[in-house]
Amino acid sequence: MTTTPMTPGVVPGRLTPDAYAANFRDVAPPLDEHEARVAADRCYFCHDAPCITACPTAIDIPLFIRQIATGTPDAAAMTILHANIFGGMCGRVCPTENLCEGACVRMEAEGRPVEIGALQRYATDGVVLSGVHPFRRGAPTGKRVAVVGAGPAGLSCAHRLAAKGHDVVVFDARPKPGGLNEYGIASYKAVDGFAAAEVDWLLGIGGIELRQSHRLGEQVTLDGLRAEYDAVFLGMGLAGVNALGIDAPEIDAPARRDAVDFIAELRQSDDLSTLPVGRDVVVIGGGMTAVDAAVQARLLGAQNVTIAYRRGQDRMGASVHEQDHAVTAGVRLMTNAAPVAVENGAVVLGYTADLPDGTLLNTAERISVPADMVLTAIGQRLAGVPDAVAVAGGKIAVTGPGRTSVPGVWAGGDCAAGGDDLTVTAVAQGRDAAEDIHGFLHAG
Amino acid sequence: MTSLASNFIGIRSPNPFWLASAPPTDKEYNVRRAFQAGWGGVVWKTLGLDGPPVVNVNGPRYGVIHGADRRVLGINNIELITDRPLQVNLDEIKSVKRDYPDRALVISLMVPCDEESWKSILGRIEDTGADGVELNFGCPHGMAERGMGSAVGQVPEYIEMVTRWVKQHSRMPCIVKLTPNVTDIRKPAEAARRGGADAVSLINTVNSITSVDLDLFAPEPTIDGKGTHGGYCGPAVKPIALNMVAEIARSAATRGMPISGIGGVTTWRDAAEFMALGAGNVQVCTAAMTYGFKVVQEMISGLRDYLEARDMALSDLVGRAVPNVTDWQYLNLDYMTKAVIDQDLCIHCGRCYAACEDTSHQAVAMEPGRIFRVKEEECVACNLCVDVCPVENCITMRELAPGEVDPRTGRVAGGFRDWTQHPNNPMAQAAE
Repeated sequence: MTTTPMTPGVVPGRLTPDAYAANFRDVAPPLDEHEARVAADRCYFCHDAPCITACPTAIDIPLFIRQIATGTPDAAAMTILHANIFGGMCGRVCPTENLCEGACVRMEAEGRPVEIGALQRYATDGVVLSGVHPFRRGAPTGKRVAVVGAGPAGLSCAHRLAAKGHDVVVFDARPKPGGLNEYGIASYKAVDGFAAAEVDWLLGIGGIELRQSHRLGEQVTLDGLRAEYDAVFLGMGLAGVNALGIDAPEIDAPARRDAVDFIAELRQSDDLSTLPVGRDVVVIGGGMTAVDAAVQARLLGAQNVTIAYRRGQDRMGASVHEQDHAVTAGVRLMTNAAPVAVENGAVVLGYTADLPDGTLLNTAERISVPADMVLTAIGQRLAGVPDAVAVAGGKIAVTGPGRTSVPGVWAGGDCAAGGDDLTVTAVAQGRDAAEDIHGFLHAG
Repeated sequence: MTSLASNFIGIRSPNPFWLASAPPTDKEYNVRRAFQAGWGGVVWKTLGLDGPPVVNVNGPRYGVIHGADRRVLGINNIELITDRPLQVNLDEIKSVKRDYPDRALVISLMVPCDEESWKSILGRIEDTGADGVELNFGCPHGMAERGMGSAVGQVPEYIEMVTRWVKQHSRMPCIVKLTPNVTDIRKPAEAARRGGADAVSLINTVNSITSVDLDLFAPEPTIDGKGTHGGYCGPAVKPIALNMVAEIARSAATRGMPISGIGGVTTWRDAAEFMALGAGNVQVCTAAMTYGFKVVQEMISGLRDYLEARDMALSDLVGRAVPNVTDWQYLNLDYMTKAVIDQDLCIHCGRCYAACEDTSHQAVAMEPGRIFRVKEEECVACNLCVDVCPVENCITMRELAPGEVDPRTGRVAGGFRDWTQHPNNPMAQAAE
């Protein structure tokens, strides 16, 4: 008997090869030249444009769109990449409805923004996928900087430093560079190995050495890096995952996994039909990770997928666009439902109420949701920070452009305070820290 | 229902929308389709002398200017007059007119500047049943190099001479089509009137190069690596055409002369504007070439609705704006307005601010929260903010009430003082 979405338990191969291919194709296919011209024509070229203000990397959006409209997409790409070296990935994964597109004056005019994200992808794909790196390094300075973490923050920082003539060594715990771009984003948002291609292209500037499988505190130490390098940037993200915090007996079903691992395994898989997934999947959490895990569980053939979030829908970390995407994919959203127990074959949720003062009221009402697989996506946390570095509110404390409590050590991205756990804020922080490091090295 | 029936110099048509002499009216097939679509009349594509027909280029003959979303704003062309044998055209004209007796069918003519040529062609067209002739003194390309078209239209004496021949050798109503490629459009119109023309039509196309191919370094349309100037038409030339129509309508020497308005008529509103400035009817080409013949149906419904809403007859519209076209020196300098931004309609794009701050009078304030307000003490009422605002009616001009003081100048609104009375004018006459 063949395996289907109805097959009980956590099993691989629920779908036909064609269905896997269809489910995991590009969720937002690129604009062609005509579509890009039509979309670009809608930009009003606003004064001091609100979209620029809304972009954490402050890309000059009206300028790059005008460059597309006038038939110079490569110039548009350079406008983007000067501000944001990960413009290609950001065009794919930014929650634009909360950032540039949410601020677009066309929202106010017609409720339909200029398609800034899609246009950004259109422009940057031409340059990034050409494989030719467009930036030149400055004259060598002889200064060496260590970057911890080859994610968006670390590589953004490394690229800017390399451009200024410094030599950069990037230490990263994983086998492959890219961080969450490589391991943490739903497959259908960055198809055809785009994350890896983008990193390869970025490294084309030269002067950046990658040392994979080097984890801070294991293969390298902060003291060692400080001794050997002129400056250190910490951009190692949030390596720990939060625990569910409920009694979970040692039972076979439901199988429990961290959503980030599920997503990472899926991203690295060459053959999706080998990935096991439950028939009845419950995802605990309300952020982007929860949505990415839930949707991909559905796309792998799970019959029933439920996102259970302990607060109201308006408090969900996932954007409305992401929520809509989940619902369209057939995911059930349960809000004000907090996990209280895991039983054999089910997750028991307790209904909650958001109180006006912001606290959460746990009621005695219960609902049991059948589950043979539970994915937890209740947030990542800082892990592996050297004791010397001050931490506040669960993140590395920073002042100004990423200066930590330790002289000569900067931090940015998800591990540092002040970001929104977005790729684009990580890129901005890495870039800005690099500028500050450059000033520091110059002064020194 | 308000009638759009038109009587232009004795030529009747069910509506005032005619197709201009141009590619769309070159042959029977097109003209029949035009009449089926509802056009009130056509001016048949210009006929020339009998004999070997003219030859057109066999590469591209049109160039274009696009607006946003490739909207056609202007086309230029290097097509010549009809390249089909004279007799074929005459037979087709007769056939169409027989089947559409209620539609206007005017024949455009262009032959060399000698009396015999004109006499001969007029004899040939006599039994087609056509309603009138239009003399093509306008085409600026190709034929002008051979002493015809705009080469005639640029010399008032020739216009007068040829028009006189035509009136002498034909009883048909005669429309003289004028070229805009002159410094003063009134002179050729006066010449046409002296020659006995029943009407003028204008404008023909404007000398133009629409674009340059930056790989070939040649004007477009490019023919084997070379280009030549063509005739520009479409929405882009409408402002030029409206002014020229108005100049003829209000000039003492040409006042009252029937005018067929041509130049970028694309919608019913364009047509109404030409007519308000004195055109008895309008001729259309580029709109049909861009969208097909069906556009006339919007023109018909739009003009009818407009007239009905105001309880006006078509004849009430013609020339109604002419008395309000004047010289700059007679504009009231004590009439004052100020821009007002409707905060409910504003989408906060800031284009008014950029335009005013960078290029005008620094009269728009940008306040926290992207609130844009007009500084009345700086606003000269130039209207640039109104023009660049992407939202209709978001920025408007408020008239200062009589007695209100303009905070910029300290002048009191509501009086009347034009340049002829202004103290700064050394030639001023006493106002009071």
